[in-house]
Amino acid sequence: MAEEVKHPLKKVLMICAKGSLEDVLATLVMANGAVMEGIETKVFFTFFGLDGITKKRLNKLHTATVGNPAMRMPGGLPFPTWLGSIPGVEAGVSAMMKKQIEDLDIPKVDEFLEMIVAGGGEIFACKLAADMFKLKKEDLIDEVKDIITIGEFYEMADGLQTQIIFT
Amino acid sequence: MAQKEYAGKVIELDDNGYFTNPDQWTKEMAKEMAKENGEELTDKHFEILEFIREKIKSGQSLTIRSIGKSGITDIKSFYKLFPGAPLKKATLYAGVSKPSSCV
Repeated sequence: MAEEVKHPLKKVLMICAKGSLEDVLATLVMANGAVMEGIETKVFFTFFGLDGITKKRLNKLHTATVGNPAMRMPGGLPFPTWLGSIPGVEAGVSAMMKKQIEDLDIPKVDEFLEMIVAGGGEIFACKLAADMFKLKKEDLIDEVKDIITIGEFYEMADGLQTQIIFT
Repeated sequence: MAQKEYAGKVIELDDNGYFTNPDQWTKEMAKEMAKENGEELTDKHFEILEFIREKIKSGQSLTIRSIGKSGITDIKSFYKLFPGAPLKKATLYAGVSKPSSCV
C-alpha cells in the first residue's frame, strides 16, 4: 500500500463573533495553539466578538448564566435559568470561571492577545461591526493590525493547506 | 520505541523523537540535535533548556507563558530563538518529554 501523504496545516484564519468570556477564550486558545505550532495565524473579531479586543471591555468579559444549558453548579447539579437572572450571579459565576482559568495558567484576554502577536499571529477587526458599534482604531487594543472588510480577510486565505474556522 | 546515537551514546526515544529518560541528556546532545535542523545553540538557548528541565523535574506544567515569565526571555524572543514551533522544539532539545499543555 502506498504511504499516505500528509499535508499539515500551514495557515489558519479564525473568526470570533461572540463576546462571552468562554467564546473569546476558545478563539484565543486555538489561535495561540496554532501560533505555537508554527502555523501562520490570523484572527478576525466581528460583532460582539469585538468586545474581546476593545480596550474598555476585554478584561471584563462575562460568562452567560442565562440560556446556557451546559451550565452547572459547582458539584455538578443543574444550574436553573432563573438563578442566572438574579443580579450579581453572573458576576459571581464569571469571577469563578476566571479563577479556574487562571489556575490552569491561561492568561487574561489582554495578555493572551499579546502572546499571540508576540508569536507572529495577527489580529483584525471587522469594519462593518466596528462601524455598527461606533468603534474606532483607538478604541481597540494596540495589537489590532487593522480594521478590514470580510472580503479583505478572505483574500488572506490564499495558500494551500489553509483553513478558516468560525468559533 | 526508537533508539538514536547522540554524542556517542545510545539514547531511548519515543515515537516523536523525544527523550524517554531526561537523565541521559547532555549539552553536547542538544547541540547535535540542533545541528540536525541546521541550528546553532547559544548560551541563551541553554539557559532556556535548563529552565525547562528544572520545571519538568519539579513536576510543574510547562507553558509558553511560564517561559515568558521566566526572566530569561520574553515570548517574542523565544519564538525567534526556536523558530517554528518553539515549545515543541525547546523541549525536544532539552531532552524532556513532548509538551502536553495547550497554552
